[in-house]
Amino acid sequence: MAIKAKHQRLVLVGVAVVALIGAALLAIWGLRNQASYFYVPTDILAKPPEADRGVRLGGMVARGSMKTAEDGVTVNFVVTDGKASVPVRFAGIRPALFVEGSGVVAEGRFQNGTFVADNLLAKHDEKYVPREMQHMTAEQARQTVAETQ
Amino acid sequence: MWAARCARRLWMPENKVEKSRFAMHGFANPARFLRLARWLTPLCLFGGLAMAVVACAWGVFFAPADALQGDTVRIVYLHVPTAWLGMGGWSTIAIASFCEIVWRHPLAGIAARAAALPGAVFTAVCLITGSIWGRPAWGAWWVWDGRLTSMLVLLFLYFGYMALESAARGQAEAGQGQSRMASIFGLVGAVNIPIIHYSVLWWNSLHQPPSITAGKSAMASEFLIPLLIGVVGFSLIFGGVVLARMRAILADAQAEARLRRKAMAAQARARAAAAPNPDDEELW
Repeated sequence: MAIKAKHQRLVLVGVAVVALIGAALLAIWGLRNQASYFYVPTDILAKPPEADRGVRLGGMVARGSMKTAEDGVTVNFVVTDGKASVPVRFAGIRPALFVEGSGVVAEGRFQNGTFVADNLLAKHDEKYVPREMQHMTAEQARQTVAETQ
Repeated sequence: MWAARCARRLWMPENKVEKSRFAMHGFANPARFLRLARWLTPLCLFGGLAMAVVACAWGVFFAPADALQGDTVRIVYLHVPTAWLGMGGWSTIAIASFCEIVWRHPLAGIAARAAALPGAVFTAVCLITGSIWGRPAWGAWWVWDGRLTSMLVLLFLYFGYMALESAARGQAEAGQGQSRMASIFGLVGAVNIPIIHYSVLWWNSLHQPPSITAGKSAMASEFLIPLLIGVVGFSLIFGGVVLARMRAILADAQAEARLRRKAMAAQARARAAAAPNPDDEELW
């Protein structure tokens, strides 16, 4: 049986690539929980971590939930993923992009139903909008663009 | 038996049957490639440079500031094209390695070798600009989330590829046979590319999901147009650098071959001079 060498190599390399992709998918499937950078409130409430274990909690800062304590440094807010929410306490310097309705990742410990954070990271979304257009609806924005052209 | 033969075909440079054909298209193709590359290289380099400069200047001086991030967002005009080319560089290596392993195309190995360094540089620039952006946007220079970690792995893959490739080349020059190790590594390393892309979708990460997906953009056109010009411009620069490096590698090989021929001719002449004259032999 004469198979051209290059056809044989094509089949062999093809099989190897398919096996490789399969192995990678299996590894990714195995890692699907461990590779996440943070827990969302649903995860934290479903399986609360031990009070002394450092974890990360991520989600959106619920609108109207941010309250600065009397000491002026401590801030209390609620992190939500739309299904569940967790109250968070943090004392320290907040990142500039940390605002209500925006994403946040808090590093700290979950103690007695409150997440005590010792560091905050702001998480912004994938949307980029010019400053002048941020309060406009899509229709208004389109009109403005049409007028300036 | 069959398996051993397959393994030999995969690993050995070329077997006897293919030798003559290999030599033929080995000479035919580089010549055609060089004719094409001669004018394509400067076209890509200067065209790309012009587009990249226009895109960066547009992004820094004329594009609006972002509603949330303000002027910080302007680093996107460097960060996104370099990220795209960091991944594009490895895709080039993977495709070229595939062609080299399967068809033994002589230009494919050269293309893979030429793409490694610019790919690594773009990956490094992407990581650096990302870090500079991360500090004001997130509040951290570096975090170990899926996107950042897989991109750092890509940089290390480039280093590994370059080391492996140069070791394999050293071995071939020492006459110890050609190794396919670098091409196989180039192919295996490609699994990281979809992981980088999907890292922000499969796993919770601090890095945001892609703004630009097929046919859709979560980015206002004020940002999108200069960004796309930048992506095309930097891609042309990458293409130009790869072409220039391929020409350099081919020129190197040509010079080497010429030197070897000259040395062999000189040796033959010396041997002829040292050998006793056949006419003298007649006298004895």
